[in-house]
Amino acid sequence: MTTEPRVAQQNKFPIRVLVAKPGLDGHDRGAKVIARALRDAGMEVIYTGLRQTPEMIVNASIQEDVQCIGLSILSGAHNAIVPRLMALLKERGADDILVVLGGTIPAQDIEFLKQQGVAAIFGPGTPLETTVDFIRAHVKPRGLAA
Amino acid sequence: MSRSTAEDVPKTSAPAAGPVRNVSPAEQQWIDNILAPALAKSPERPIGADTGTNRNPDGTARFTTISGVPVERLYTPADLPADWDQHPDKYLGHPSQAPYTRGIHATGYRGKLWTMRQFSGFATPEETNQRYKYLLQAGGGGLSVAFDLPTLMGYDSDHANSEGEVGKCGVAIDSLEDMEILFSGIDLEKTTVSMTINSPASVLWAMYLVVAEQQGADWKKISGTLQNDILKEYIAQKEYIYPPAPSMRLVIDTFEFGSLFTPRFNPISISGYHIREAGATALQELAFTIYDGVEYVEWALRRGLDVDDFAPRLSFFFNSHNDFFEEIAKFRASRKIWYRLMTDRFHARQSRSQLMRFHTQTAGVSLTAQQPMNNIARVAIQALAAVLGGTQSLHTDSYDEALALPTEEAARIALRTQQILAYESGVAQTVDPLGGSYFVENLTLKMEQGAFQYFDKLDAMGGMVRAIEQGFPQKELAESSYQYARAVEAKEKIIVGVNDFVVEETPQQILYIGESVRDSQTEKLKRLRARRSQAEVTRLLAALRQAAAREPQAEKGKISSANTMPYILDCVRAYATVGEICEALRDVYGTYEESSWT
Repeated sequence: MTTEPRVAQQNKFPIRVLVAKPGLDGHDRGAKVIARALRDAGMEVIYTGLRQTPEMIVNASIQEDVQCIGLSILSGAHNAIVPRLMALLKERGADDILVVLGGTIPAQDIEFLKQQGVAAIFGPGTPLETTVDFIRAHVKPRGLAA
Repeated sequence: MSRSTAEDVPKTSAPAAGPVRNVSPAEQQWIDNILAPALAKSPERPIGADTGTNRNPDGTARFTTISGVPVERLYTPADLPADWDQHPDKYLGHPSQAPYTRGIHATGYRGKLWTMRQFSGFATPEETNQRYKYLLQAGGGGLSVAFDLPTLMGYDSDHANSEGEVGKCGVAIDSLEDMEILFSGIDLEKTTVSMTINSPASVLWAMYLVVAEQQGADWKKISGTLQNDILKEYIAQKEYIYPPAPSMRLVIDTFEFGSLFTPRFNPISISGYHIREAGATALQELAFTIYDGVEYVEWALRRGLDVDDFAPRLSFFFNSHNDFFEEIAKFRASRKIWYRLMTDRFHARQSRSQLMRFHTQTAGVSLTAQQPMNNIARVAIQALAAVLGGTQSLHTDSYDEALALPTEEAARIALRTQQILAYESGVAQTVDPLGGSYFVENLTLKMEQGAFQYFDKLDAMGGMVRAIEQGFPQKELAESSYQYARAVEAKEKIIVGVNDFVVEETPQQILYIGESVRDSQTEKLKRLRARRSQAEVTRLLAALRQAAAREPQAEKGKISSANTMPYILDCVRAYATVGEICEALRDVYGTYEESSWT
């Protein structure tokens, strides 16, 4: 998937990812497993902890200068949370951050969420490697002028 | 009559390590003459991808349970303790006899089948009430209420934090009015009801009790179960509101209230289910759950309650996962461990205090979104394990639950699965049919030993609340779940339809819950607030705050003057909302945020 020069560049500047758990739900097994898998794949991972509002997530992403936000939502609140988060990213000029979503997302909501700007949705049973590869291939490289 | 207190109880240590295999001449002959040539001809191979991790240092294939526990080729009398036959009372006993390994009823399921209790709740109280009537009509034996996330977190449907969450993971309950609708037309003196609610448990229980009272039901006769297990929230499910100490105090308030006013209601269901779902192994589920039980007993004794006043109503709740024999061993071991703790450690005198009664739910975490119909087979196997383990009640998951809350059809098949087990398979006709199996007995003993090793560790940390504050169980779970994810990723563990035997699929029909529930609940709240006496609500919430700030102390035969339950009941009767009551307690206790363990 990834080309040679890009891999070399990543080794110099590891990809930075914010793994975030918005909404009221506390089921964090998936978020923690994915955080560790991304870390094992050489990325720098910041895990927000539970019950983060879109505002908190966007603030943390900008402060931490991440290239990717990974959201974990299992409760069905995605249609309320995602549009707010995407609007805030745009407002703050941070909409170059890659946003991916994991969790239980009904098939009928996928189109809407992609229109909102979610780059990929990883449902239950997605191999860890698929998520890792997708993020590697799609983040905007660091260290380049915007 | 000496009362045991948290200070003077002796710490129970782990039993001696497993037996050394004392192979009989006959077995040795079999090894030499039959096994060895067979292995030479066709060596054993790991089930799943051969990655090296599943081979022993000598190169032979290594077989493990889903929890990673080694499984041997064959179990024989050599795998039981040398004194197995001499000490039936130490290891096995008979059904309804210490140490209860073989079950708590002398006749098993022959006198009474397990209760088929399907967990259900979604959208508005009106819609859930219809589903309940449907389930009861379809032959379900009891109800089990799933609340939505705002209710679980103590927020009203119209709170800003509730946006997008109302009615999604369960039914939305804001006030007594909603509880009246939820149980309208359902006789609470005759139906046993379980409620999956934790941090705000006393509030929802108070609502339930008031609805029962309105129906003319006798509190002394109603029976059911409140989950009310806050410790596993800090460990696993993370739906907590207040810090551990005040949360434990609220739990003990319900123990005290229940022992005096609702003698047939279980004020707690000490839950391993969520610990397992969060990634624990079978042993970790068993050990952390039972040790949570120990922690509740210790806190109740510190309050000044007598162990035999509340222990008979402690109930448990386990997960039933894919690894059939490991699960059966876990269930059998759990009863024996609890018996040992209640007698050795807490000196409980009544046999009811020494009995572990438990509910089981099949493992939601094992369900796949891929080829969802395959889940019907998984659920059947898991349900069978629970029955062979001697569960008192059972929830079978619906095949579509990896995708959404179940459709009516999926919920019916789940219930039918239990009915097929009960009425067609014949497994309910004999008590503990796997008792005496070399394999199952060996696994059961190992579960017990492993659990007591965890107990020693947790005792050394100063109890479960301390261990939680140090992040110990949280870190153990994160490690286990990552190791399992890694094994699945490497295909050492095969999940049919997910990492092998994959096909192209079309989306499944699911139950879809939109955002309209929040609007209708918000509208109801607006009307409620206009109708009720605001002055009365304000006064009663203030009285609750005052009681909550005081330290309760038990008096024999009387409820502590600072017990929060009577105050919460007053608030509920005046139609104060879940959010308002929890907010009053937040004012007094503050809120909890965990350090992030990854």
